[in-house]
Amino acid sequence: MTTHAVRIESVSKIFNPGRPNEVQALVDIDLDISPGEFVTLIGPSGCGKSTLLRLIASLIDPTGGTIHVNGKSAEQARLDQDYGMAFQRAGLFDWRTVARNIELPLELMGWKKSERERRSKEMLELVKLGEFGDHHPAELSGGMQQRIAIARSLSFSPSLLLMDEPFGALDEMTREHMQDEVLRLWSETGTTVVFVTHSIPEAVYLSTRVVVMSPRPGRIATTIDVDLGGRNDDTRAETPFFEKVTEVRAALRAVEAA
Amino acid sequence: MNVPDRLRPYVAPLVAGVIILAGWEGTLAVTDPDGFVLPPPSDILGALVENRTQIWSASRNTGFVIVSGMIVGVLFGIVAALLVSRFRTANEVITPLAVAVNAIPIIAMAPIFNAWFGLLSPRSNQAIVVILVFFPIFINTAKGLTLVEPAQIELMESYAASKWRIMREVRIPNSLPFFFTAMKLSSSLAVIAAIVAEYFGGRQDALGPLITSSAGLTRYDDAWAAVLAGTLIGTVLYFVSVLLERFAMPWHSSMRNDPFAATR
Repeated sequence: MTTHAVRIESVSKIFNPGRPNEVQALVDIDLDISPGEFVTLIGPSGCGKSTLLRLIASLIDPTGGTIHVNGKSAEQARLDQDYGMAFQRAGLFDWRTVARNIELPLELMGWKKSERERRSKEMLELVKLGEFGDHHPAELSGGMQQRIAIARSLSFSPSLLLMDEPFGALDEMTREHMQDEVLRLWSETGTTVVFVTHSIPEAVYLSTRVVVMSPRPGRIATTIDVDLGGRNDDTRAETPFFEKVTEVRAALRAVEAA
Repeated sequence: MNVPDRLRPYVAPLVAGVIILAGWEGTLAVTDPDGFVLPPPSDILGALVENRTQIWSASRNTGFVIVSGMIVGVLFGIVAALLVSRFRTANEVITPLAVAVNAIPIIAMAPIFNAWFGLLSPRSNQAIVVILVFFPIFINTAKGLTLVEPAQIELMESYAASKWRIMREVRIPNSLPFFFTAMKLSSSLAVIAAIVAEYFGGRQDALGPLITSSAGLTRYDDAWAAVLAGTLIGTVLYFVSVLLERFAMPWHSSMRNDPFAATR
């Protein structure tokens, strides 16, 4: 039996159960993600896609059902630091230099100083910000900060990368550039990625599989496999890309209409 | 005029200060040559030089009350803020209590404090400084410890970091700008608290009694000289806070070469 990177079985999540402000955020979620997949979660706001990501991260607990990451409980996976995470806001620490931001998870894991420094240097090269290690985050642009946040999430080579609309606050050009960056990192490191977005082209361009979710209560409406092969500058202008964008858009329309 | 960037923040206030003092001096020379209502700056400076031994000794005693009271008040404020942000029960107990104590007009209680600590003991003055300094430090630091970007906390939790680790890596650094703003507020508050408290008791060789006795003898230039000494203490404390701030958070963007940045 192969171990799933993520295995979600009939998971539901209710916020504030039994209280007047009770919200049924997710019902009946079943989703298996294989190692090396790039899965995006897409859907209108309120569909619970960020909640699902936080459940996988074990930042919150499900009301029902089970979640396994790398064959163990989500909480154990969190304690074992099996995944790296990146958010819409870079969430860098102003009081640390860029290099020491990248080293933060390594410090928490007890890496030796020399190894941490070697690693952060490598990561800075990887996101092409080699000369900025000694800068403070406030001195960098939004796109550069986001690249540092991604470098930080990858610094300890997690087998799973969880990303919550990491490019949501970036302009279109930076965004497309960052998408290529993430794809490059994904193919170079072989890590599994779960990526939350509300941009259809972004989902299609990045994923091997798009999971379309519907709101109130959040559930999985459909999943769409994507195989664009090696992406390049022309991919976004070619027919297969448009066909998949149309397919995902139709699925989202159906969700909205329901 | 080309002013080097390093000196820029100092030049403008200095020039303005000189103009104000000259205006003060010049106006009084015409309107109030006896300097009865308001002594000219030159008289105040003269009184400061003439009474330097007395003012120095009084300043040392008052300075001791201010600095010792501030240190204790700041330490209490920090500890209370740490407890409140870390333990829910502490928050439920300490915060309402601190708010209630803050509502008491503390300075008005100076005569009562004298009865507790002894009329001529500096302890009562110190106690007033401690209480007055405590509150802004406590409230601001607690705010800085709690007002943290949620993504930063989630990130630390995703690394399975302990509560204390989150405190050390995220909450405490995040609270520093708030803490130092409170420090700057407190430095002037502490001077006012100490001098007004001294009006009612404490050591007699101090700035408060020096101001009241000089004013009582209509030697207003001496009284002003003592006020000036208090001002200098407050200014020194302010800049010590600025220096500590720079030392503690060299990363802060409001730090770049402007000692008045935080108040702008």
